[in-house]
Amino acid sequence: MLYYIARRLVLMIGILFLVSVLVFVLINVIPGDPATLMLGQEATAGARAALRQSLGLNDPLYIQYLHWVGGVLHGNLGYSLADHTPVMSILLNKIPVTLELTILSFLIAVAIAIPVGIISAIRKGTAWDYVTTVFALSGVSIPAFWLGILLIYLFSVTLGWLPPSGYVSLTDNPVKSIVLMIMPSISLGIRLSAQLTRMLRSSLLEVMEADYIRTGYAKGLMEKAVVFKHALRNAMLPVLTVSGLELSAFLGGAVITETIFAVPGLGQLIVNAILTRDFPIVQGAILFIAFAVVFVNFLVDIAYSLLDPRISLGGASK
Amino acid sequence: MEQPQLKAGPITFSKPSKKVVSRRSSKILKHKLALMGGIFVAVLILLAVFAPLIAPYSPIRQSYAEALKPPSSAHWFGTDTLGRDLFSRIIFGAQVSLKAGLISVGLALLIGVPLGMISGYFRGLWDDLIIMRVTDAMLAFPSLILALTLAAVLGPSLNHAMIAIGLVFTPNFIRLVRGEVLAQREREYVTAAKASGLKNVHIMIRHIFPNILGPIIVQATLNVAAAIIAEASLSYLGLGTQLPTPSWGAMLAEGQGYLQQAPWISIFPGLFIFVAVISINVFGDGIRDWLDPKIK
Amino acid sequence: MVKDLLSVRHLNVGFDHQFGHTAVIDDVSFSIEKGETLCIVGESGCGKSLTSLSIMGLLPKGGRITDGKILFQDHDISHKTTKELSKIRGKEISMIFQEPMTALNPLHTVGHQIAEVLLAHEKVSRNEANQKAVEMLKLVGIPSPEKRFKQYPHELSGGMRQRVMIAMALICKPDLLIADEPTTALDVTIQAQILELIQELKNKFGMSLLLITHDLGVVSETADKVIVMYAGQVVESSETKELFTHPKHPYTQGLIKSIPKMDEDEEELATIKGTVPSPDEMPEGCRFVTRCPFAKDICHQKKPPIVNVGHEVHCWLYSDDNVKGGIPLVDNV
Ligand SMILES: Nc1ncnc2c1ncn2[C@@H]1O[C@H](COP(=O)(O)OP(=O)(O)OP(=O)(O)O)[C@@H](O)[C@H]1O
Ligand SMILES: [Mg+2]
Repeated sequence: MLYYIARRLVLMIGILFLVSVLVFVLINVIPGDPATLMLGQEATAGARAALRQSLGLNDPLYIQYLHWVGGVLHGNLGYSLADHTPVMSILLNKIPVTLELTILSFLIAVAIAIPVGIISAIRKGTAWDYVTTVFALSGVSIPAFWLGILLIYLFSVTLGWLPPSGYVSLTDNPVKSIVLMIMPSISLGIRLSAQLTRMLRSSLLEVMEADYIRTGYAKGLMEKAVVFKHALRNAMLPVLTVSGLELSAFLGGAVITETIFAVPGLGQLIVNAILTRDFPIVQGAILFIAFAVVFVNFLVDIAYSLLDPRISLGGASK
Repeated sequence: MEQPQLKAGPITFSKPSKKVVSRRSSKILKHKLALMGGIFVAVLILLAVFAPLIAPYSPIRQSYAEALKPPSSAHWFGTDTLGRDLFSRIIFGAQVSLKAGLISVGLALLIGVPLGMISGYFRGLWDDLIIMRVTDAMLAFPSLILALTLAAVLGPSLNHAMIAIGLVFTPNFIRLVRGEVLAQREREYVTAAKASGLKNVHIMIRHIFPNILGPIIVQATLNVAAAIIAEASLSYLGLGTQLPTPSWGAMLAEGQGYLQQAPWISIFPGLFIFVAVISINVFGDGIRDWLDPKIK
Repeated sequence: MVKDLLSVRHLNVGFDHQFGHTAVIDDVSFSIEKGETLCIVGESGCGKSLTSLSIMGLLPKGGRITDGKILFQDHDISHKTTKELSKIRGKEISMIFQEPMTALNPLHTVGHQIAEVLLAHEKVSRNEANQKAVEMLKLVGIPSPEKRFKQYPHELSGGMRQRVMIAMALICKPDLLIADEPTTALDVTIQAQILELIQELKNKFGMSLLLITHDLGVVSETADKVIVMYAGQVVESSETKELFTHPKHPYTQGLIKSIPKMDEDEEELATIKGTVPSPDEMPEGCRFVTRCPFAKDICHQKKPPIVNVGHEVHCWLYSDDNVKGGIPLVDNV
């Protein structure tokens, strides 16, 4: 078990290294001179050269990279080109917002997917199952921004039940915070819930044909016990893996959602930074998100090995 | 052929697949859906190709007198803030969306398929260390954010958005093709081809490629749908297609500020994105089922 | 008259599918008395498993009993709901399967899976159930049962797993045990041990046993009665000794002839030529007609009658008209 975790950990560190290289390369192929960006067109050539020197922009790329990584390891992600605030402190402000949004969306997704997936699998071929199939298909195909706009049109413009946008922190006013998050969480969570429903349904259908399910019935267990005690856990294993893999797309969706509903989280930060070409912020935010994705997948791996006894001992893979 | 013979001992006997029977009802539904998806996709392509003939107005002609008009017989989908005919803009928008979907996926195929084939065929350090780890790392980035950044770095335009989306989708194809090639290279026909002294390149192109074409086509189809959403997203955020070219994503963003007075400006373009994407997805699923009936 | 524990009468089973319905089991009848062992033998695909699964109410999807009765302790259980059956399954009738590798849930400990049966059927505490499960593990000959109790299926060998299955099946002391080729998937060396264990526990608990097997050697050692199935039908049913000394049906004769003898080479084994017809192209008359060396016109046309020749055989060759006509059939093999 420990050996397994250690191996995963080493793998994760390797990926984190590559992730950092990718982020660095991505940002440093930008045409255009950061010094010009920071000082504006009117600055003298001398001032620009001095700034370049002080930023280390004249060093070879790999030195610049090491510099940057060194900073990252010390919690220094650089400074915003706009107002020179440390990127780290900007991120720390935005992260809780996005965390609230993603956790709520995830809860909505799971709350829909698990019951719907189970029912459509065990009542396969019924009207329920058809509705589920259509829901799953629509859910993965609907553009998040359109869904967001439809929600706003329905609940804010037409019915006037919910405010169309805005954000209040959970600590300031929990009720208002959640109310404001309802539409964003639905519009972000629907896609994931459709995917999980689909996965769970097919995974359960597969598992329900396994021999040990027949054994469960042969023992005299009721259908409920067979489904919940024997089938569900087995069926969740592939769903778990896939939800880990879907995490990055899920966080990508937050960019759109936060823009539509004016939620001041990481996604909105990235979009604004990109539009104003504030690349240190973009760099820092992307790095954080990628790290989060890699880390959560590491946790998923661990969870998987805890759920599946075949992995922890043999060390064999799935 | 030898007849199977009876012996008093374990005799193996392959039973008919049990799944075929129980999956029948949802299969028919899927069949119908796939057909409908295919028809929609065809209609969409026709709309895009014959847009100049079909559209009743120029997609960029502005008329302040006509601004924010609700759907009517003159303007089926109403008009936007500048009085442009929404129906015409949506039809021309189909050109942008389809082009974006096809070209970006084409680019991803062009890079991803050869890399995946080489990686899977030769294995070794290159495969394990470079290709697999780099795609691992790339998949850790939300593809939308990666595409956004790339599009920003390159400068906002439809062409750059397509390049960005294509690059971001490339790992999908590298992974898929590599996996398929890994499975194929153990097959007898590859061993036989090797034994008869054929060149590796020849084996890859002539023997392996046709055998992995099916999954590639399925993946490509599904990715066209994803690319259409991605382009619309970039345009929605202002980093894709630039005005005045009509693009569904940008139109939708434009309308967001007028949800109260003129909801149709956002609703119709979104509806078209949704219908296009769902049709392509269903169609892609249909191809998959058709190519490999075993998969549910 | 001794009362039958289980009596299967005119059982018909078929599958519904997109092209309609395919009948697979045709008019199968047999009965088992208390404490008796009945063996079902026959070629792969002849319907042995389906017959036993019908008794358990565990037919695969699409499968359904179209006619007939299954009387267990005089109650017809052929059309009971899952809920009703769950009171019988595992408690009064238990079943063990061919594949011990896949028949156990990989995510639960074996002890948990055994104790679960008791918890489902009797009012016992989790602790008592666990204790009983350890006892059962010991009973089925698993060394250090306390340790094994906590292990997962993948940590046990095939033979061990089948022992676990047996422990699970017997923990509620059922009246009838159905064993569907319980040793086919195991190493040859383990096979005899498992069969011996089943025999031993059967006697200990005074159960009846319905044993399905390919192995005629096993039949001759364990069975009180045998039914021979071919293509979904019973072709011959008899006391064991009688069947081996006077097999009547050409198919049974072929089966017995094909038992490997010590002094013969594998190569020279007698075999029955041809293959089983598929369910959708069953011959009109006798289903064995396509492979029968003695087939006559009538065999092609009409379903064979049940003839009593000391035991029951379903064959035209022994019907009165034919016997008078003098059939050149060798009685002994
Ligand atoms: N799920 C199913 N759907 C359709 N037909 C089936 C199904 N399961 C079994 N059959 C049919 O029923 C026949 C009998 O199957 P069964 O499993 O009872 O054979 P068997 O005698 O147990 O064979 P084996 O010795 O291989 O276990 C098969 O020939 C097959 O045609
Ligand atoms: Mg069988």
